[in-house]
Amino acid sequence: MTIFRQCLAALFCCLATLASAQSFEELVAQLPEGKFAERAAVVAQLGALGDPRAVPVLEVLLEGNLHVLKSNEAIVAVREVGSDDVAYDALTGEEFGIIPRRGSSKIRVNNGLRRDIRAAIGTLTLRAPDPALRLAAADAAFRAPNPDQLELLQSVRSDESDSEVAEALDYAIAATVLESDLPDEAQVAAIDTLREMGNQDALSVLTPLLQATNPVMAAAAKDAVAAIEANQRLWNMAQNVWFGLSLGSVLLLAAIGLAITFGVMGVINMAHGELVMLGAYTTFAVQEVIRASFPGLFDWSLLIAAPLAFLIAGGVGVAIERGCVRFLYGRPLETLLATWGISLILQQTVRSIFGPNNREVGNPSWMSGAFDIGQMTITYNRLWILLFSLAVFAILLFVMKKTSMGLRMRAVTQNRAMAANMGIRTGWVDALTFGLGAGIAGLAGVALSQIDNVSPNLGQSYIVDSFMVVVFGGAGNLWGTLAAAFSLGIANKFLEPWTGAVLAKILVLVFIILFIQKRPRGLFAVKGRAVEN
Amino acid sequence: MSIQLSLDGVNRSFDGFKAINDLSLTVEKGELRAIIGPNGAGKTTMMDIITGKTRPDEGEVLWNQTVDLTRTDEAGSARLGIGRKFQKPTVFETHTVEDNIALSLKDDRSVWATLFDRKTAEQEARISEVLELVKLDGDRARLAADLSHGQKQWLEIGMLLAQDPELLLVDEPAAGMTDAETMRTAELLRDIAGQHTVIVVEHDMEFVRALDCRVTVLHQGHVLAEGSLDHVSANEQVIEVYLGR
Amino acid sequence: MGLIDRRMGIFLTGLFILTVAVPAGNLWMEGQPVPSYIVSLLGKYLCYALLAVALDLVWGFTGILSLGHGAFFALGGYAMGMHLMREIGDRGVYANPELPDFMVFLNYQELPWFWYGFDQFWFACLMVLLVPGALAFVFGWFAFRSRVTGVYLSIITQAMTYALMLAFFRNEMGFGGNNGLTDFKDVLGFDLQSDSTRAGLFVLSAIALAGGLLLARAITTSKLGQVLVCIRDAEDRTRFLGYRVEGYKLFVWVVSAMMAGVAGALYTPQVGIINPGEFSPANSIEIVIWVALGGRGTLVGAAIGAIIVAAAKTLLTGWFPEIWLFALGALFIFVTIFMPKGVLGVIEGALAKRPKPQPDGKEAEV
Ligand SMILES: Nc1ncnc2c1ncn2[C@@H]1O[C@H](COP(=O)(O)OP(=O)(O)OP(=O)(O)O)[C@@H](O)[C@H]1O
Ligand SMILES: [Mg+2]
Repeated sequence: MTIFRQCLAALFCCLATLASAQSFEELVAQLPEGKFAERAAVVAQLGALGDPRAVPVLEVLLEGNLHVLKSNEAIVAVREVGSDDVAYDALTGEEFGIIPRRGSSKIRVNNGLRRDIRAAIGTLTLRAPDPALRLAAADAAFRAPNPDQLELLQSVRSDESDSEVAEALDYAIAATVLESDLPDEAQVAAIDTLREMGNQDALSVLTPLLQATNPVMAAAAKDAVAAIEANQRLWNMAQNVWFGLSLGSVLLLAAIGLAITFGVMGVINMAHGELVMLGAYTTFAVQEVIRASFPGLFDWSLLIAAPLAFLIAGGVGVAIERGCVRFLYGRPLETLLATWGISLILQQTVRSIFGPNNREVGNPSWMSGAFDIGQMTITYNRLWILLFSLAVFAILLFVMKKTSMGLRMRAVTQNRAMAANMGIRTGWVDALTFGLGAGIAGLAGVALSQIDNVSPNLGQSYIVDSFMVVVFGGAGNLWGTLAAAFSLGIANKFLEPWTGAVLAKILVLVFIILFIQKRPRGLFAVKGRAVEN
Repeated sequence: MSIQLSLDGVNRSFDGFKAINDLSLTVEKGELRAIIGPNGAGKTTMMDIITGKTRPDEGEVLWNQTVDLTRTDEAGSARLGIGRKFQKPTVFETHTVEDNIALSLKDDRSVWATLFDRKTAEQEARISEVLELVKLDGDRARLAADLSHGQKQWLEIGMLLAQDPELLLVDEPAAGMTDAETMRTAELLRDIAGQHTVIVVEHDMEFVRALDCRVTVLHQGHVLAEGSLDHVSANEQVIEVYLGR
Repeated sequence: MGLIDRRMGIFLTGLFILTVAVPAGNLWMEGQPVPSYIVSLLGKYLCYALLAVALDLVWGFTGILSLGHGAFFALGGYAMGMHLMREIGDRGVYANPELPDFMVFLNYQELPWFWYGFDQFWFACLMVLLVPGALAFVFGWFAFRSRVTGVYLSIITQAMTYALMLAFFRNEMGFGGNNGLTDFKDVLGFDLQSDSTRAGLFVLSAIALAGGLLLARAITTSKLGQVLVCIRDAEDRTRFLGYRVEGYKLFVWVVSAMMAGVAGALYTPQVGIINPGEFSPANSIEIVIWVALGGRGTLVGAAIGAIIVAAAKTLLTGWFPEIWLFALGALFIFVTIFMPKGVLGVIEGALAKRPKPQPDGKEAEV
């Protein structure tokens, strides 16, 4: 079969050289003639001709939409518009108008021919002026290696100036060499090139070679596959770590406000999740206003939403503290119940205003897209969220440890009566501390709106997680919260491939439950007598 | 006379701070012993270690020269016969005075036994006896929460007596009591010593003098001096760190 | 201090009257003054009341605030639901005599091992007690021994029910995934749709509630009950008196879980479905507000609180669905700040202040 195909190809090459005088238009006109074999020859010549106008024609042919009109034998592209067939000139794209159902006959293609067409398109685009197009063509040549193209590829490679395209061409050449009957040394060299490539694609080319009858090739392939697989395991691990860090940053954002209200003040704020939700809805509202009135500012929407969300959630937090929590200091279980009540009210308020359904919050342009490092993909929104969470953490740490406000906050939460005697206005400090925790929850909401559904239930889905993080890290210890968020995130992502997402989550929960039994005060416990009673 | 309790080379530190430092101490059966020392000397921590609330980092704590107290928990040490009064009076506030005593009576402490427990006439008699001793028989139906600070102290002493322990650890019993009451407490403790072993921690020197017993001075988790009150009061170091000149 | 004090007496009398009147009004009286759906609805309330009593036992008396009692309730409900599924036999949509419909739908080839035995009613009843009991035992064993208390304990009970919810949502668990168990036909040969079966279940629920109340009352008035209160008020002191606190906690915790399981088992046939939503943390917290509203540590109050809130929920979600969460949220805040002793505390306080309390104040059966 291959021999037959190679003979044919050789034949057509001769034909092509013979007919080299033929122009692009003439070749296109020949397309309807003859059987699939003749058509393949014409396609090959079109490819060799190097006229970029051939690309759209071949594409239409590939789709099976290239027709020849019975009336004037013109070659046309036929598209369905409504229930009519409309013909366009294949060369110029000019509209011929509606044609009757049987007014044209289709130029047929089969699977073999489709392959040839793709190869021809590939050849044409390999020399396209746009490097992105050339890159795609090189990739295509890699995926469908055709020994006949080897020379073409090599000549293109020697002219190529873009390093990325050149690399892709190297891989394409290697893959093509492996399909050819070149001597062993060349083949082994090609295997080595693919080993450098080192990804899933290389693996899919190399794996079949493990069964090669030629022992030299089989051995080389085996080495290469082993090396690539080891390499991939590494990258996989790196990717998992990245996913874990990303999940960890989400957990950190969700938990960090709670680390203030619960960890530092000891207030069980069950409405914490709803404060996050308020932040997310603030983002939504800001974007709505921008969409309606200042579309040009869309990329700034998050930067505008962040301070607003901080103020709104923080304001609601201060209101919660003054209106409710302050009557319940020293009664943690009652606080838990009352703030749960608040969470229900906030949820229903948002549901009444914005409706029960998910709201669409858009990504600004700098938050969309992704880039690759080696074999892992990093999306911009996840990256920004990670950076954002670390920034929020750093600022918070600074506020708590280095400012006089932070000192007062810690004084009040540790000994209310004593702090009051020293002239600190404890009520005011309580309100501000709680407001700070709440405001940070609002900031978290801005970030989370970028990756999660914004619905009235948003908060509920984070509340258990964030408590787990704070408790696991050790209440009262900000660094503990950081460590807990990232270690739980990474643990979760490493479990996922084995267990699936839900089971991984369950296992992590069970682990935390068991962990708290062993160390009730968490990873980094605040030690001393005070916490024991 | 045989040895009731012995501590040997006990150490315990909290975050690098040595609260108990190579502490050795022996108390004989039936002895009354007073422990004094400045704030933070480790007196309460020592009691925590004896009762199993705190585990020592190293050292030996023996009960009757046989049982290793570093391995028992609080309930275990109580069941062995160690009763304890806390520095800060703790009674069961939502129970009546009478029930507080009843719950402390020496009895089977297992879950099943308490579930099907009925008060016997003998126990009733014992409750009245204890209440009379601590002068709370007029308040037996009141909630413990309603008692004054001093009364709570007495109630807790009553609970301790109701337990009928072999060893009583009494942490600052006189705090919050009038002078007369303080003296009565000292008298009471002197009375029960003999049948029971008693270790008292107190800062009130009048009280310690009234106890008229062997005194151990603790300083920085270590025994500084031991002997009669007159003997230790004459000690230069004790005067330096605790009594003052 | 007797087993049946005044409030218990009044409540049980009211409950008895209800137990006679409701089935009578539904089955035998002219014109059916009590419609059938009301019978099941009231039966459901009684199950909730039993659940509230179970929670009061651990929270009101022992100070353990469980935010996961819904899990025990749901497990009891699932145990009974599994029996009801097996009772369907080949009357399901797929007419498979061995496998419940959802298993056929999910391509199960054979019955998972943990479904064995549930075709027997007695076995299911045993599991209604044993499964919640065993979970409570294992959980409590670890938690109480390592002295996790207060808020931390509450948070891990919440994590427990949350983890179970996630697990039961999975189809692979073999409990019907997010649809849960439903389409029940009959129990012990009685058609679940018939009025007489519904009335029977209602009476059973009332008996279970009365039984649960009396059992809880017996426990709390015993010396063990006093020790529980000691633990609530001064856990350390209790230890130094020689009581092994963890043993006591474990005992009530397991008893309470089993009670919750029974409540769930009676709930499932009356409601006709049990699904993973019952495990949601929100449900479990709602139980706490029933107890707080009725009066923590009063048992009867817990039952009354459950019935009040459940009835309010039915009425409000029917009339103005928007309002319900506002009302529930406000209730949480109001009760914790202004009514720490609950409805029962307020009423009894008011009665005590009156110069001559009326001997038959009917306030208890609101
Ligand atoms: N759990 C603990 N964590 C940290 N430090 C502790 C702990 N328990 C005791 N300490 C420290 O050990 C030291 C001894 O304390 P302890 O309570 O035994 O003193 P004391 O002699 O009873 O003092 P006082 O006379 O004031 O009651 C103190 O400095 C105390 O801060
Ligand atoms: Mg002390």
